[in-house]
Amino acid sequence: MKWLAWTLCALTTVASATSTQQSVRPYAVTGDAIEKSLTGQAGDAKRGAELIQQRHKSLCVLCHSGPFPEPHLQGTLAPDLTGIGERLSAGQLRLRIVDMKRLNPASIMPTYYGVVPNDRNTRVADAWRDKPVLTAEEIEDLVAYLQTLRR
Amino acid sequence: MLRLALLGALVVAAVGAVADIAPKDRRSGFEFMSPQTQAMQSDETSNPGMLWVADGERLWGESRGSAGKSCASCHDDAVDSMRGVAARYPAFDEETKRPIDLMSRIDQCRAKRQGAPSLTQQSDELLALTAYVAYQSRNMPIAPPDDPRLQPFRDNGRDWFNRRLGQLQLSCASCHDERWGARLGGSVIPQGHPTGYPLYRLEWQTVGSLQRRLRGCLVGVRAQPFDFGAPEFVDIELFLMERARGLPMETPAVRP
Repeated sequence: MKWLAWTLCALTTVASATSTQQSVRPYAVTGDAIEKSLTGQAGDAKRGAELIQQRHKSLCVLCHSGPFPEPHLQGTLAPDLTGIGERLSAGQLRLRIVDMKRLNPASIMPTYYGVVPNDRNTRVADAWRDKPVLTAEEIEDLVAYLQTLRR
Repeated sequence: MLRLALLGALVVAAVGAVADIAPKDRRSGFEFMSPQTQAMQSDETSNPGMLWVADGERLWGESRGSAGKSCASCHDDAVDSMRGVAARYPAFDEETKRPIDLMSRIDQCRAKRQGAPSLTQQSDELLALTAYVAYQSRNMPIAPPDDPRLQPFRDNGRDWFNRRLGQLQLSCASCHDERWGARLGGSVIPQGHPTGYPLYRLEWQTVGSLQRRLRGCLVGVRAQPFDFGAPEFVDIELFLMERARGLPMETPAVRP
């Protein structure tokens, strides 16, 4: 049984390495988590707190509410992030930001760390082509910040 | 394997059934607005879109182009001749063998019958004429024509509506079929029915077309928007009008 787990782990790693481009580094998924930091280092929770409110960059508050300023400008399309640091581990938070669709293909949460192949049906805009929504560093900052959200 | 395929078909059918908005649940964007914005639309003396309608009425009677004709030279009083027309558009165009929207139809008429130069898609003159013509259908139910030649184009529009687009990989249906009534940022998501175009959008501070509105959503999901006048836009409008069948026309609507 152990060999199967290892094979699966290796396969997913290879899959993420081949399906992405230079701007996205490979990562390994274990269960419903990415245990290792995408950068190899811990993120900065303070920068993450600023980033989560940048509605045109991180987009988070367009769908999620949480303990942030201006609650009337927060969306109701996704779970409230209050106390999320108690419910999910760093690794679980990381995978959900990186690629929520791996856990739920019907999710509307964008894949933040991946590159959408551009073709006549996806029509990725010039400015966003071949790029992930956020960098590995930015995602680590968000993970660090979200871990601080406890009731 | 067959069992798997059947299960897959069932799941797809179930998702499809959930996604479509039942006719009894169809609601105009008007119903999602604040009472103040509703009042602004309903009272024609406060509706800023009426300025474009008034402009359109004037243009309707003015001669243009080498033929020395106005719209009224052939169509007489729009109050009679244009009644209900906008509620049936887009229609099949015999010349190009594909659907044409009201705006392009008006522009085509100018070029062919009046011998006047083509107007750009978002020009105030074309928006005003279109608003004036569409105003003649106000409060009439949307009634797409039963023309089988339109069906492949409508299907194409439906495919675009359901397709995940752009870097954010969201479809029109993700929000407007499946999550209407919820809030995106500070704004309530409406069902996305094109009941009131051209309309006055407070965000734009002017009157604009459905295509302008659709471009806004495409840019929002970080997709390359179609050009103004693109056939894909007409196909999407064709699908949206079928999806909004029965809802009353509101041109010139006001939206936030």
